[in-house]
Amino acid sequence: MALNNGTEAKPSVKLHARPVVATIILIGGTAALLLSMALAISVGAANISLETVWEAVFKFNPELTSHQIIRELRMPRAIACAVVGAAFAVSGAIMQGMTRNPLADPSLLGLNAGAGFVLAICFAFFPSLSYMSIMFFCFVGAALGVAIVYGVTSMAKGGLTPVRLTLAGAAVSALFVALSSGIQIHYKVGQNMAFWYHGGVAGINWQQISIIAPWIGGGLIGAIIISRAISLLSLGEDIAVSLGTRTGLIKILGLVFTLVLAGAGVSVAGAVGFIGLIIPHFARYLVGVNYRWIIPCSAVLGGLLVVLADIVARTMNPPSEFPIGALIALIGVPFFLYLAVKQRGEL
Amino acid sequence: MNPTNISVTESRRRTRAIIVMLILTILVITAFIISMNTGHIRLSPLDVVKTMFGGGTDKQHLILFEFRLPRIIISVLIGAGFAVSGAILQGLFRNPLADPGLLGINAGAGLMVTLYISFLRDNSSANLFLLPLLALGGAASAAVLIFMLAYKRHKGLLPTRMILIGVAVQAGINAAMVVLTLALDPEDYQYVSIWLAGSIAGSNWKYVIALLPWIIALIPFAMIKSRSLNILNLGDQMAKGLGTPINRDRIWLLAAAVGLAGSCVAIGGGISFVGLVGPHLARRLVGPQHQLNIPTAALLGALLVLVADTIARSFSSLPTGIIVAIIGAPYFLYLLSKTK
Repeated sequence: MALNNGTEAKPSVKLHARPVVATIILIGGTAALLLSMALAISVGAANISLETVWEAVFKFNPELTSHQIIRELRMPRAIACAVVGAAFAVSGAIMQGMTRNPLADPSLLGLNAGAGFVLAICFAFFPSLSYMSIMFFCFVGAALGVAIVYGVTSMAKGGLTPVRLTLAGAAVSALFVALSSGIQIHYKVGQNMAFWYHGGVAGINWQQISIIAPWIGGGLIGAIIISRAISLLSLGEDIAVSLGTRTGLIKILGLVFTLVLAGAGVSVAGAVGFIGLIIPHFARYLVGVNYRWIIPCSAVLGGLLVVLADIVARTMNPPSEFPIGALIALIGVPFFLYLAVKQRGEL
Repeated sequence: MNPTNISVTESRRRTRAIIVMLILTILVITAFIISMNTGHIRLSPLDVVKTMFGGGTDKQHLILFEFRLPRIIISVLIGAGFAVSGAILQGLFRNPLADPGLLGINAGAGLMVTLYISFLRDNSSANLFLLPLLALGGAASAAVLIFMLAYKRHKGLLPTRMILIGVAVQAGINAAMVVLTLALDPEDYQYVSIWLAGSIAGSNWKYVIALLPWIIALIPFAMIKSRSLNILNLGDQMAKGLGTPINRDRIWLLAAAVGLAGSCVAIGGGISFVGLVGPHLARRLVGPQHQLNIPTAALLGALLVLVADTIARSFSSLPTGIIVAIIGAPYFLYLLSKTK
């Protein structure tokens, strides 16, 4: 990296950040996240006391049914929620920083639409696929969407500009959405698919977590490593270049991390993408415009939001579950609107 | 560059734009004629001409006048309406991603249709205008909600703020729609998804008459206002400096965009991709001047929807909106990869 201590010592560009607030959010948020995960494990069709939860985690006794429920059903689900929430939120933060577009979220890269398209094919032509293979194909679809968007964008003469990226993303999304709704309408699989797509993390198990966790973990660490460069990119390409950022490399890395994070998230949890739009906004509102703080804070807040939303979705009207993506949007939208209406200056 | 050079490029651009528009008009007319011949039952061009002038069998008369012609005219109107609405919005928001969907129009109309299917539908009274009116009402209320939230005293409507609020309101309405549609029975679900994908099926002359005034009134209005759209495009500071009443103009133009897209959505469902690509292609062909851009976008939109609808009704059982995206998106991507 061309960025050395010299440039850090006299920052020619001032990033308005609130490190104290950010530290509080990181510590408090992590505590709240752990607490809400414990709550998520204890609340459900059969309520289990927090004490039993503690025992099931640290003094596991395979003969107790409650321990079995916790270990096999609720723990994986709580962990999946936290991980997926963090993944979506951070991928959204990367996208918004890189494209300097407040509208950007991972779904704009053609990710969700690609996954939905492949999902429609799976439901229409291979209805007996296992959960695992559906998950795999979803990820392939997401990658396909990103690959086309990226390919089209980088083929152009001017190269990878934010505007072109978002436009290509919108067009590829429209194409895939059209193809998948064509398949859905023709083969009448729309509603079954919708149940899967909006079903969130129901039915997740340890095996799936062990597959996605390393990817998401890697993506999160990668995002934190490039966070400084993303802050600079968010100020504009020229400034970033003049401060010695290798913008080409950072953009590619950013795209790869977004794909890994959001792709893994989509293939596990379906359409919960709204997190990727609101959480980074919220984090920026709280901690300022430095992505070094925005990215980790987004991870914590995103995880927290999904864990809490999943508790509500499960307990609202048992045994049926409320679609979690819709729930997050229904809670998130008024909140987002409140922030947007209140905010001065920048908006 | 000296002034004469500018005016030379300017006039060259104008000539080019006029040629482009002429070619597009010819293409629309050609597509119109081909579309009249094509369908599940083919009519030869001679038959079409004969039927048009009063000849032809009763069956040909029925096909042409009762089924095909209204649908073709509606395709043209809807394509033009969405495209102009998109052109206004992209100009106003200075954001290339802006399309009528941002005003909550598709989402609002879709929600009303879903609500209607969920709670109100009884098959006995199939009122021709109930569903379009509900859809129009939904579209208008979503747009008004977004306006109200985005409006700021002393500052008026700020583009970025409005886009963000538009996206959020859209997401909220879509979420409500997901909850409702998951509870529908499969047949109703199918109906709603076809509506949402954008289907012109079931059109008749009454729809043509209902849609025509909106298009005839609002597209010329947008063209009259195109000068202030150009100025607004330079940025608020500049526009204010040039003495434009930015807020009043912005509100009028937004209202026009809502009227266009809302009336189109009410009749044709969610074919709004036209609203994204139409104005884009127009800008690439004739440049950013809205006087030229708006009519070109209208022609392009009309052409795209007409061709897509002809394909949709002749060769497939799919809604028109899907075909529009399948044709439009690859071409759009091709353009995007080619130009700088």
